[in-house]
Amino acid sequence: MPVSIEPLPTSSKSTVVLDGATVRLAGDSGDGMQVVGGQFTATSALHGNDVATFPDFPAEIRAPRGTLAGVSGFQVQFASTDIFTPGDTLNALVAMNPAALVTNVSDLEKGGILIVNSESFEPKDLKLARLETNPLEDGSLDEYRLFKVRLDTLNREAVKDIEGLTSSLQDRCKNFFALGLIYWLFGRDLAATLRFVEAKFGTKPEIVAANEKALRAGWYYGETTEAFDHSYQVEPAQLEPGTYRNIMGNQALAWGLITAAKLSGKELFCGSYPITPASPVLEELSAFKHFNVRTVQAEDEIASMCSAIGAAFGGAMAVTSSSGPGIALKGEAMGLGMILELPMLIINIQRGGPSTGLPTKTEQSDLLQVMFGRNGESPLPIIAARSPGDCFEVAQEAWRVATRYMTPVILLSDGYIANGSEPWLIPSVDELPQIPVEHPVASADGEPFMPYQRNEWLARPWALPGTPGLMHRVGGLEKEDVTGNVSYDPENHQHMTNLRAERVARIADDIPVQEVQGPSKGKLLVLSWGGTYGACTTAVRRCQADGLSVSHAHLRYLNPFPRNLGELLEAYDEVLVPELNMGQLRLLVQARYVRKVVGLNKVKGKPFTVSEVADKIRQLLG
Amino acid sequence: MRTELPVLKAADFASDQDVRWCPGCGDYSILAQMKKTLPSLGMPREKIVFISGIGCSSRFPYYMNTYGIHSIHGRAPAFATGLKAVRPDLMVWVITGDGDGLSIGGNHLMHAIRRNLDINIVMFNNRIYGLTKGQYSPTSPIGKKTKTSPMGAIDNPLHPLSIAIGCEATFVARSVDTHIKHLGGVLQRAAEHRGTSFVEVYQNCNVFNDGAFDYVTDRQTKSDQTIELEHGAPLVFGKNRERGIRLNGLEPEIVELGDRYSESDLLVHDEAAVEPSLAYLLSRLRYEDGFPEPIGVLRAVDAPRYEEVLNTQVTAARDQRGEGDLTSLFNSGETWTVT
Repeated sequence: MPVSIEPLPTSSKSTVVLDGATVRLAGDSGDGMQVVGGQFTATSALHGNDVATFPDFPAEIRAPRGTLAGVSGFQVQFASTDIFTPGDTLNALVAMNPAALVTNVSDLEKGGILIVNSESFEPKDLKLARLETNPLEDGSLDEYRLFKVRLDTLNREAVKDIEGLTSSLQDRCKNFFALGLIYWLFGRDLAATLRFVEAKFGTKPEIVAANEKALRAGWYYGETTEAFDHSYQVEPAQLEPGTYRNIMGNQALAWGLITAAKLSGKELFCGSYPITPASPVLEELSAFKHFNVRTVQAEDEIASMCSAIGAAFGGAMAVTSSSGPGIALKGEAMGLGMILELPMLIINIQRGGPSTGLPTKTEQSDLLQVMFGRNGESPLPIIAARSPGDCFEVAQEAWRVATRYMTPVILLSDGYIANGSEPWLIPSVDELPQIPVEHPVASADGEPFMPYQRNEWLARPWALPGTPGLMHRVGGLEKEDVTGNVSYDPENHQHMTNLRAERVARIADDIPVQEVQGPSKGKLLVLSWGGTYGACTTAVRRCQADGLSVSHAHLRYLNPFPRNLGELLEAYDEVLVPELNMGQLRLLVQARYVRKVVGLNKVKGKPFTVSEVADKIRQLLG
Repeated sequence: MRTELPVLKAADFASDQDVRWCPGCGDYSILAQMKKTLPSLGMPREKIVFISGIGCSSRFPYYMNTYGIHSIHGRAPAFATGLKAVRPDLMVWVITGDGDGLSIGGNHLMHAIRRNLDINIVMFNNRIYGLTKGQYSPTSPIGKKTKTSPMGAIDNPLHPLSIAIGCEATFVARSVDTHIKHLGGVLQRAAEHRGTSFVEVYQNCNVFNDGAFDYVTDRQTKSDQTIELEHGAPLVFGKNRERGIRLNGLEPEIVELGDRYSESDLLVHDEAAVEPSLAYLLSRLRYEDGFPEPIGVLRAVDAPRYEEVLNTQVTAARDQRGEGDLTSLFNSGETWTVT
């Protein structure tokens, strides 16, 4: 039975216009919060808002029901202005049970909208959330605008007439009822979600019907209940003209890789081992065989790295994707890739460490790992994405660097970027820059082939097996300059070590100079990298608007640094480096430029809030 | 126009590098047989890639005038997997040893075999760590006294053929470094097999484990202590072909041919048996248990090759969905336009 996409009546209640709002949906990890969060995001983006999201979920797939450990949340900020973060404090919170309430309510602003499923506050539910009294009754929620909704009953009532639906399936639609209510509250259109339901559950008509009914019933509940006397409206944002879609970080990364392969005339090979939060890259690429993508789910992280090197030797665009623990295992093979001087991408989607750490939480604590985590002198270029959409560009830039300089390139992302989403201006494929790649053929005069002869970029030739006359052997033993033969000569080892370092250092001449937002000299520079881009940009803008002398430089290239970085740092009295680690970029910058910089460091598995960064800026300038 | 392939000789496969194995090492013989075998395969040198790990045997690629990767310890099968997945046109050889392939690289060996890529894995088994100067290896027998096992090794050894057959390798064979003709024949069969070929070569390390395989190489005893497998033939061995192997239930036993038993009572070798149990049983015939050890092809069956199935999927995806188009990918799903 097809879904009816009939438009709903316009709300008869009054609306209040807001610049933006931050909403979090929180429930059990099995409650489908991520699904409805994604839908709310997509619908808000289609509405024309700027959006930024922060999904936050436990490592366990289904932690014990109703417990604090099992709470899964999805936060989205949507606005009629440019935004860069999912928001600091919540304007509205939906809590599906007491555990979701207690773990999230402290982020809700005073006077904020709090919607709870009042039927999940039975004594057993309270006990699971370790509550002694019922917060719906003990006055602890008095400072919020509390809406107690009998979600279980209302939802069951809405879907009761659908044939073939068990009571547990009825209850599974609750999230769509809650979504419908939120859609009413913020004046959102149901159509995109109805299309999603149809596409996702199309083979099960009773599920399609149930979710549709629950969604509509939620909307009508908002419209008819006296509890809500007005709804809110957030007007479309003034984004750059063009066609947009919503895109998640890992998706943008996978698409960027496919695009880079096309632009360089290469077939894409991805050898990876499943690991949170990087698995979606392998999953996404596995579905793109019609783009000539070949994926191997390797037996382990080491094999995935080695398979990528094998594919690179064979002439493919070779990629491996992982996270910190996997990168640790790949280390030895990364060193081989480095000394073989073959192009490939090594993607590290960072998560909370050390060891297994916090698999589903975000952190930036692998910078020193990718910079130094190999034996011997083993420099590799490092490029970091700053936002979900930026992953698309960074993938292409990383491949451009890899092929021009014949080197593995490390691409850093993180859990926050990977799972977050934002509106993405769809590029015109014809306007994307080509990535030229050349392979040598045997010289006509029969000169012997020199596999380690270098060009102006200090890159050696990428000679492919199958090419007559270019047979050569590469390996992990030190090789003689030019010939590539095994060499234990002391002078040669020094020379080759210098060459490999110089080759990476020269990339600085080939990347843009570092730009600064704000005055080109002054009291304070905020220097950031990776996924803290949004929080730092917003904090600096806010402080600049308050008249403070502060500028912002956000690094994409971490090795080598942009060639003007040292000079740039000198232009400010003080430099602040906010990082979700204990000071890794700070260490590199201080060592490289012998310049004292101040850190703002946090490892709590969560991104910076804007106010954390802004407060630090004010403190330093105060 | 017809292009004649140049006729290659063994010497054409020698690289310009000096071979640096110890004088008297069994590796020389394997290298010689490889160079002798390759010309007969009709594959141009530039289409051949040798990939090795770390260890004495793993220096092999440097000595071949083909493409080659001397990789890292134990991982050669994983490099081969990536290479073959994107370049099915190449003939890929993996050269490994007992330590490289079964200890540090056991996992990769197992997975390469179960994927059944069309590659050839040659394991030089000398039952010792040679390059690190004489520690016991995963194939060293219990009680083996080495620098790291002065009172004798206490690890139960792995048996390469049993491992390979346990992973359902589609081609499994064994030869001996000094059985020159036999070795050449086995390498040739391995190369011709479509799928992963696993070849164990008994290889003497004359410096750290000299004589480990005397029981199969000694002219006096080898016919009693080895059994040369022949497809479709009964398992007969002995200087005068006077003994054989029969099955007593599920147990193999040695019988004297004569009044009581004739060749028709013996186990008949069937390398093409799809069910790997008999091949596994052969792999368990061991000298230390009083059996002659099988030499030759234990198993040769046909099964789909990983890279071919991968290509089939790529082709099917293109047929079903059309050649991937970035513009339509980017514009798929929900989009909106800002003017």
